[in-house]
Amino acid sequence: MTATGHVMSSSPGTTDSTAPRWRYDPQPRRPDWGIHGTTFKNISKQTPIRIAPLPAQATLCLQQGPFTATPLVVPGERVLTGQPIAVDTGGTRIHASVTGRVSAVGLRPVPGPQPTRAPCVVIQREGDEEWHESCEPVADPSRLAPAEVCRRIAAAGIVGLGGALYPTARKLAPGVPIRALLVNGVECEPWITCDEVLLRERAASVIAGARIAMHALGAAHAVIAVEGDMPEARVAVHDALQAAGDSGIGLAVVTAKYPAGGERQLVQLLTGEEVPAGGLPRDLGYVVQNAGTLAAIATLFRSGEPLVARIVTVTGNGVAAPGNFEARIGTPLRQLVDLAGGYRYPPTRLLMGGPMMGWALPDDDLAVTKATNCLVAATAAELAPPRPEMPCIRCGECVQTCPARLLPHELHAALRRGDYATLAALALDACIECGCCDYVCPSAIPLTARFVAARRQDAAEPDAPS
Amino acid sequence: MKFGVVQAPHWRNAGDVAGMMREVLYALAPAAVAYTYFFGPGLLLNIVVAATVAIATEALALRLRGRTSRLALSDGSALVCAVLLAFCLPPLTPWWVTACGSAFAIGVAKHLYGGLGFNVFNPAMAGYVLLLAAFPGYLAGWLPPNVGDLDYRALSLAESATYTVTGSLPPGVELDAVTRATPLTVVKAELGQMRTMGEIVVDPVFGDFGGAGWEWIGNFITLGGLWLLYRGIIRWQVPAAMLAGLMLPALLLYLTDAETHPSPLFHLYSGGTLLGAFFIATDPVSSAVTDRGRLVCGAGCGLLTFAIRHWGIYPDGVAVAVLLMNLAVPTIDRYTRPRPYGY
Repeated sequence: MTATGHVMSSSPGTTDSTAPRWRYDPQPRRPDWGIHGTTFKNISKQTPIRIAPLPAQATLCLQQGPFTATPLVVPGERVLTGQPIAVDTGGTRIHASVTGRVSAVGLRPVPGPQPTRAPCVVIQREGDEEWHESCEPVADPSRLAPAEVCRRIAAAGIVGLGGALYPTARKLAPGVPIRALLVNGVECEPWITCDEVLLRERAASVIAGARIAMHALGAAHAVIAVEGDMPEARVAVHDALQAAGDSGIGLAVVTAKYPAGGERQLVQLLTGEEVPAGGLPRDLGYVVQNAGTLAAIATLFRSGEPLVARIVTVTGNGVAAPGNFEARIGTPLRQLVDLAGGYRYPPTRLLMGGPMMGWALPDDDLAVTKATNCLVAATAAELAPPRPEMPCIRCGECVQTCPARLLPHELHAALRRGDYATLAALALDACIECGCCDYVCPSAIPLTARFVAARRQDAAEPDAPS
Repeated sequence: MKFGVVQAPHWRNAGDVAGMMREVLYALAPAAVAYTYFFGPGLLLNIVVAATVAIATEALALRLRGRTSRLALSDGSALVCAVLLAFCLPPLTPWWVTACGSAFAIGVAKHLYGGLGFNVFNPAMAGYVLLLAAFPGYLAGWLPPNVGDLDYRALSLAESATYTVTGSLPPGVELDAVTRATPLTVVKAELGQMRTMGEIVVDPVFGDFGGAGWEWIGNFITLGGLWLLYRGIIRWQVPAAMLAGLMLPALLLYLTDAETHPSPLFHLYSGGTLLGAFFIATDPVSSAVTDRGRLVCGAGCGLLTFAIRHWGIYPDGVAVAVLLMNLAVPTIDRYTRPRPYGY
C-alpha cells in the first residue's frame, strides 16, 4: 500500500543527500482494514490521572517479556524504593517499588494469557518511603553518549509499556541507521485510555522522552501519532510541541480504528511502507516506541527514578468509578479495583489489557506488572460469553477486516485439514493476532485462538515483540 | 473474586448467521408481495411446500450425519434456500415437483457436500436446475400478469392450492388457458421466427421495457438488494459485476441492431437477473471471497447468463450461469489472493 495521492509531510533537514529520505503522512487516510465501533473510552477518561496510594505489599514479577531476571535480594532483606532487586541477562533491572522488607522470593501466580506462576519478589512496606541512592537525575542527557543513555535505560528497568515488555534499551540500539522515531500514542484497543490521559496531561514529558530516544538512536526526526478520537491529547501534544519549539518532531492523527496502533500497522499508516515479513520496523529505518515508555525515560533522566510505577486504566461497567491510576508496580489488582469504587453489577470477566488482545484473569489476587496498561472489569452485558461455534459460511468479513491481508477463513480450513504447507503458503506467520477476524465472524469461530495455538505448535521463533 | 477465563478476543460483533438469514428473508418480503399481486398466490404455496420439505430434509440429514440438529436448524439457511427456490418456480407448480427440487437442494447439493459452508453449488440453483432437466414441462408455463388489460382466467387461492396438491384445475379450465409463456421465452421463440422486437413487444405480456408485472417485482427485488447492501449482508461487487456482465454485451448488440436484440433493460427486468444478482450469486458459501474474486465471479455470472440467453436453448440462464461460476470459485479464489502484509 502506498500513500500516494495525498499530502505527505516532509521534515526539514532531508536535504542532505546521504541521509535516508523521511516523509510521513500527518493525516493518514482511513484504513480499509480493522474494526470501527463504540470504543467505551469515555467511561475512564473523564477524570485526571490519580496517584494510587502506596500498597502495603508489592509483588514484583521477575519475568519481563522474553526474559526472566535473577533475584539480587533474599527474604528478610530491607530494600529502598528504586533499589535493584533483580537483573536479567540483558542488563535490564527490576526495582523495589516500595520501601520495606522482602518477605518472599518464589513462584507466585502472575497475569498471563493463561493462569500461570512465575518467580516473584514480594516486599512488605515498612515505614516512610526512602529512595535508593542510585536514583540520581541527569541534567542534560544529550551530553551522554548514546550507549550510556541505553545503559541507564536498561539499568532503570525500562521496557515497552505498550504491553510487550521488550527491553527499550535494545530497541534504542538497533545497529542500523534510523530515519525516524515513531511515537505510538495510538491506543486503538477499546476501553484503554492510559496513553491518552498521559498525552493529555504530560505531553511535555513524552516529548522530552522522545528527544532522549532520538539522541540514543541518532535519529533527526520523530513523529507522535495519536488517534482521531482523542482531541484533548492531540491539542496537548500540539501545544507542547509548539512550546518546545522543536522542528524535528511532528504530529500525526490516525483514524480511530483498531488495530491502527499495532506496530506494523502504524508504520504502514504513517509512512506508506510495510515492514518486511519476518522483519522489524528498524529494517525500514524506524523505531516505534510507546508514549508511556518515553515518559518513563523522561522521568528517569529528570528525577533519577527508575521504572517503579505506571499508569493503569481501571474501567468497565463492573467497577463503580472508572479512571486512570498511577500505581506502583506490584500493587495488588484488588486495591486498584477498590480505588475505582469497587465492583458493582458483579463483573463476569476481569481483563488485563484490552478486550481484543487482553488476558482474562482467573481472579483479582494478582499484582500490577509493567505490562498492566488496563484492567477491565466487564459485565456479561459488555462482554458476552462466546456463542457456540457454527460452520464457516465464507462470508469474507474476516478477509475484509484483516490488517495483515490474510485469508482467515482459508487458514481456518487448512488448520482443520492439518494442511501445514497451505498454512505457510497463506502466510500464517504474518498474523498479528489482533482478533479482528473473530470480532466480525458471524459463525463465532475462535479463529485467533486457533491461529495462536498453531503458531505456538509450530514453535518457530516468535515475532520480536514491540 | 473469581472470573471466567476465555481466550482473546473477548469482544465480538453481535451479528450471527441466523441474523444474516433473517435479513435476507426480510429483504425478499416486498418482492414476494409484488409477485403475489401480479401472479397470484402460487408463490406462497410454493414457499410452504419448499420450506416444509427443506426443513424436514435438513433435520433428517443432520440426524443421519449425527449432528446436533437444533442449533444447525436455527441458522435459517434451509428456509432461505427454500424461499429462493420457490421464487424461481412458476406459480402453478405441482407440490411434488417443488418437493423434489427442495429435497435435492438440501439433501444432495448441501448435505452430501458437508452441510452449511461446504456446498460447492448454490443449493437453490442446484435444485432448480435439477427440475429444469427432469421436469421441463412443469417449469415452462407461467401465469399471465395481473395488469388489467389482459384477458385471462385468474385462479383463486383455493383453485391454485387444488392444482398444487392434486394437479387438477376447476372444471372446464385447461392448463393452456391459464398459463402463458414468460417474456423471455416469447422473445426467444419469436426472434427465432424472424420477427422483430417491435412486432414482439405488442404482446400484452410485455410492459414498458421488460415483462409486465416483472418490472415491478424487479424493482422490489432491487429494493431488497439495496437493503442487504445497506445492512452489510452483501457487498456491491457481485451484483454490480453481474449486472454489468449481462448488460454491457446486451447493450453492444442492442446498439448494433435494436430490432433483433432485446434491450439491456429487458435483460435486466427479465427472468432471474435481479434475483440472481442480489440474492443468488451473492450467496457467500458458493461465491468467491475477496473483492476482486467477487468482481470476477459476478462478471462471469452476467456474461454466462447473456451467452445462454443469446446463444443457448434456455430462455433464461441465470441458474446455470451461477452453477458454472460456483465451479470456478476455487480457481478464482486461488488467483485473487491478496498479498499478505510485508510479503
